Amino acid sequence: MSGKYDLLSEQGLRLDGRRPHELRRIKCKLGVFEQPDGSAYMEQGNTKVLAAVYGPHQAKGNQTESVINCQYSQATFSTAERKNRPRGDRKSLEFKLYLQQALSAAIKSELYPRSQIDIYVEVLQDDGANYAVALNAATLALIDAGICLNEFIVACTASLSKSNIPLTDISQFEEVSGGPKLTVAALPTAEKIAFLEMSERFHIDHLETVIETAMAGCREIRDILEAAVKEHLLHMGSASDFAKVG
Amino acid sequence: MQTLREFTRKTKRGNILKIVREHYLRDDIGCGSELCRECFQNEVYQLTSQHANKSTLFKFPHYLVLDTNVVLDQIDVLEEDVLRNVVVLTTVLNEVKHRSSAIYKRFNEIVHDRTRNFYVFVNEHHKETYADREPDETANDRNDRAIRLATKWYDDHLQASQSSKEFERSGKAATRVVLLTDDAANRAKAEAEGILVTTAAEYVKSLEDFPLLMDKLSHKTFDSEKNGLPQYPPHLSMKELLEGLRQNKLLQGTFQASRENYLEGTVNVEKFEKGILIQGRESLNRAVDGDLVAVELLPEAEWSAPSEIVLEEKNVYADEVPSEERAKDENEMLNQVRAAALSAERTPTGRIVGIVRRKWRQYCGILQPSLIEDTNRHIFVPADRKIPRIRIETRQAAMLQNQRIIVTIDTWPRNSRYPHGHFVRSLGPLGDMATENEVILLEHDVPHCKFSDEVLSFLPKMPWTITDEDYSKRVDLRDLYICSVDPPGCTDIDDALHCRELPNGNLEVGVHIADVSHFIRPGKRTGHGGSGPGETTVYLVGKRIDMVPELLSSNLCSLVGGVERFAFSCVWEVDNEANVLSKRFHKSVIKSKRAMTYEEAQNIIDDATQQNEIAKSLRNLNRLAKILKKRRMDNGALVLASPEIRFQVDSETHEPLEVEVKQMRETNSMVEEFMLLANITVAEHIATEFSECAVLRRHPRPPPTNFDPLVKSARYQGFQVDINSGLELSHSLDKCVKADNPYFNTMIRILTTRCMMQAVYFISGSLQKEEFFHYGLAAPIYTHFTSPIRRYSDIMVHRLLAASIGADSTYAQLLDRKSNEELCHNLNYRHKMAQYAGRASVALNTHLFFRGKEEDEEGYVLFVRKNALQVLIPKYGLEGTLYLKSDKDGKDGVERVKSEIVFTFNEEDHTQRCGDVVFHSFDPVTVRLSLDSSNVQHEKLIFRLVKPYIKGFSVETTTEGTDSQAVSAAPPSKKTKKDKKKK
Ligand SMILES: [Zn+2]
Repeated sequence: MSGKYDLLSEQGLRLDGRRPHELRRIKCKLGVFEQPDGSAYMEQGNTKVLAAVYGPHQAKGNQTESVINCQYSQATFSTAERKNRPRGDRKSLEFKLYLQQALSAAIKSELYPRSQIDIYVEVLQDDGANYAVALNAATLALIDAGICLNEFIVACTASLSKSNIPLTDISQFEEVSGGPKLTVAALPTAEKIAFLEMSERFHIDHLETVIETAMAGCREIRDILEAAVKEHLLHMGSASDFAKVG
Repeated sequence: MQTLREFTRKTKRGNILKIVREHYLRDDIGCGSELCRECFQNEVYQLTSQHANKSTLFKFPHYLVLDTNVVLDQIDVLEEDVLRNVVVLTTVLNEVKHRSSAIYKRFNEIVHDRTRNFYVFVNEHHKETYADREPDETANDRNDRAIRLATKWYDDHLQASQSSKEFERSGKAATRVVLLTDDAANRAKAEAEGILVTTAAEYVKSLEDFPLLMDKLSHKTFDSEKNGLPQYPPHLSMKELLEGLRQNKLLQGTFQASRENYLEGTVNVEKFEKGILIQGRESLNRAVDGDLVAVELLPEAEWSAPSEIVLEEKNVYADEVPSEERAKDENEMLNQVRAAALSAERTPTGRIVGIVRRKWRQYCGILQPSLIEDTNRHIFVPADRKIPRIRIETRQAAMLQNQRIIVTIDTWPRNSRYPHGHFVRSLGPLGDMATENEVILLEHDVPHCKFSDEVLSFLPKMPWTITDEDYSKRVDLRDLYICSVDPPGCTDIDDALHCRELPNGNLEVGVHIADVSHFIRPGKRTGHGGSGPGETTVYLVGKRIDMVPELLSSNLCSLVGGVERFAFSCVWEVDNEANVLSKRFHKSVIKSKRAMTYEEAQNIIDDATQQNEIAKSLRNLNRLAKILKKRRMDNGALVLASPEIRFQVDSETHEPLEVEVKQMRETNSMVEEFMLLANITVAEHIATEFSECAVLRRHPRPPPTNFDPLVKSARYQGFQVDINSGLELSHSLDKCVKADNPYFNTMIRILTTRCMMQAVYFISGSLQKEEFFHYGLAAPIYTHFTSPIRRYSDIMVHRLLAASIGADSTYAQLLDRKSNEELCHNLNYRHKMAQYAGRASVALNTHLFFRGKEEDEEGYVLFVRKNALQVLIPKYGLEGTLYLKSDKDGKDGVERVKSEIVFTFNEEDHTQRCGDVVFHSFDPVTVRLSLDSSNVQHEKLIFRLVKPYIKGFSVETTTEGTDSQAVSAAPPSKKTKKDKKKK
């Protein structure tokens, strides 16, 4: 692959000191706002995202299907150079559609006829893999809102070093250093891929291993999210004596 | 296993952006030492207790940590297999990479050599050794602190492992860690922090077992000169330079020293077509040929003209103070130039005020004999006249006399007339064939070291056999009557042919090319190391520098007769008029029936009694080739000529015996036609399959002005050369025939060759289809497929072709546009250099051949110049200059009698007249050839006129004996030099 730097040193470390299969450090929290029905905050390395969910509420018009409406925006202060506007650019619109596509695969929409679910995600700080982190945050917010999901839907990115070793969870520095990026949104337990995007072509010989790497990343993130949800429930439960009842 | 701590790092970029990046610190990075009992070691121990460095400064076992400046300056010391057990910090590695990619590459070679025990310690990500940048700390200071921190940690870390009772009982001395740095401030701080520290020079001097290693130390200063007066104006600082360049007060360009005059050079600047002239030592201000410099343009009133004086620096001695005489020389030169400049056309002139980037490399040359005995200080004279003399220190001068050596420049302080450098290595005795070849290879940047063990390890194990799996994957062509036709003695046979009649009356023709890409797998290092792909086989006289290891080139890949070999076949069905009806490509197993020479093949074709399959096959091929050739010619392909010399080399002494000019037979042309056809067929195919990344070759059409000399000289002979198209050119060349001069047509073609552009590799995605054109071959598209043993381009083409037909797997880089573009660039460079090296080798052998001989030879005037005749000797394919006036200072080697003989140059019809004798282009002459060895590093062949006889100018044939004696009795070069030197 072309690019200025090799993404993996001969000593087996990436530009930021991670080993090939390590995720960035993840912090997440559910129920960060009072107003929405569900909300979550998620940090993956320096990428920081807030998500809020409103609904389900009655859909406008007389639709029978459930409507899943997403909005993706990026704070003007999220990048090193100020962004001109938070949303409405091509990228945001693209991400909005991708989010809708992936989330629709996870939400048990048959339970919500004639209803609309609104999902708002805002990237506060951009350090690569925005889409993946946004989706993960949205998943947590949906759970916080009590919306039924088939399964956790999580996303993870992967790349390939010059020495053809796949790398998990690409930071922005790695993106701009010329690594190709592959994003997968998946239902890890069912091993179903809901969404896949590539920044450039991968050679067919490597595509499978790179996808598998992203999938492994998804499984790892799923475990972290699951732990966060349990932690949150425990906390909630104890506040209302839920734990004792349970 | 690991702790992930988050760090932020702020860097400023462009319009001051705050960049925040994560920086993970780890606890799973091993120290790489055999002694350690604490680290999580995930590598093989690289630092052992064997191969200890024995130093008188540190009389206990120790590891070394190198500061960045030591790696950058003392790379020649490090390359010697002496220092071992070295801890390489990533801080240092990154700094080196940033500062010099060439040294980074060399340093990496050392680090990768496992026998040297260099261990890369990722101190930047180790939680104990990471140094966060403090406020107000420069990046440099931070790095120095990081290096000290890591050294200290390392030492403590080892102490901890060696402090057990058990260890004490063993009675071994504890291993410590020593920091080598040439930065005095860093050294002082290290000492204060309790770190064992010294300079590279001190340390090397303390290695008693390796006294000669000191020669390789880089010298920033010589003690003797510390107090010397400045001899050059100061250079501007980098900041001032950048500011000046930004404001267009200064101009940036590459400095080119003059070959003739050491006090002159030019800086190539885009704005000025001819570049900016630089004259005089102070204006040159320590720029060395190739450096990227900043120039200040002088006011127009001070502009000058390039001097026509040949000025070679006289020998000086290291101890000699700049003499008045030399200053006089220099002033004289400047005065002369200024006087001349009044009349001549003046060009933009400037002076160099700073160096943007040095392009110093290693230089070949000889040591100038010293006046004083027992001195270590010496002057080195580079073979390349554009490079100044270099002052070095060596303790082995006596041994290095009369040797070709390599020296590199370290620095050029203001108070030193010459740059300071150090001895790198010796190539061998002067005049020795092996040494001289080595010089040629080095001067042309041809990679030629032995293949590394790593490369050899990828070779198939012998005895090599073809497996059933191989047979099943390939088309079995072992029954076909395939044969190869090559020059005699060819051991790397990469092509073979066959032709057979098909039942339908058509013919099947196959070109079978050695399947080198089967053995040379992508991604594996295959070359001579360090140079990357793009290498090519280089042919010197009597020596071949293989691109691939000999096992492949001369054995497994070579399509020798009677042996089963892998081939990549291109097979056509053609009708009897040589029209291609269909084509196919496949990998195959062949068994060549016979490896023939051109002569043998020709004899079989000519001998009508031979009616076997091979004979029939050859005759058909020959017949088809003639049709193909005619068709090509009708399209406007050019038949060019270049004087090609071949030397017969004595197999023992490697000295040339007799020269022979290559003989062309019908069979040469037969093989050539089918190779061209194969190349074109493959080019069409891969360009269609890979519209972006196919490796192709084009030959641009030369601009019309290139043809001026050809058109002019042909017109004088009464021929009209039409250059509008290849076809017209080709036709008019054919008409240039003179009954009384059979060599005339060849000379016209030689001149045409000189008008051509260089053919180059490129990738299909980088140009429009129309630009793919190959002018010389009149082919719309072309590539190189038929010589994979000798050229890397062909291996790439094989891989692309194999991928397109599913015969081999693709890999990411194969289809990467950018990397293929880079590859083409590299290929073009290597090919050019290989070509130059080949020419230099021919020149060297020509000189050897004429050493101690004088010969009168028939020749022709190729063209007439202002002060000379360019003469071609068909017998040797040799070309040289016959000067009509001796050079201004008689430097031409042979002193000519100064007389009233005057040659008049006529610019109109390009003639030289002297009395009754007039020289035109293509006139026959007889010249006497001899060798001028007055300068050991620049021997040259001298052409002197014998016929037509001009009294007082031509060589007197009757007094040949005395004349030749006079030349051969010319004193050996060394003495000549001593005669010249000043006391
Ligand atoms: Zn250790």
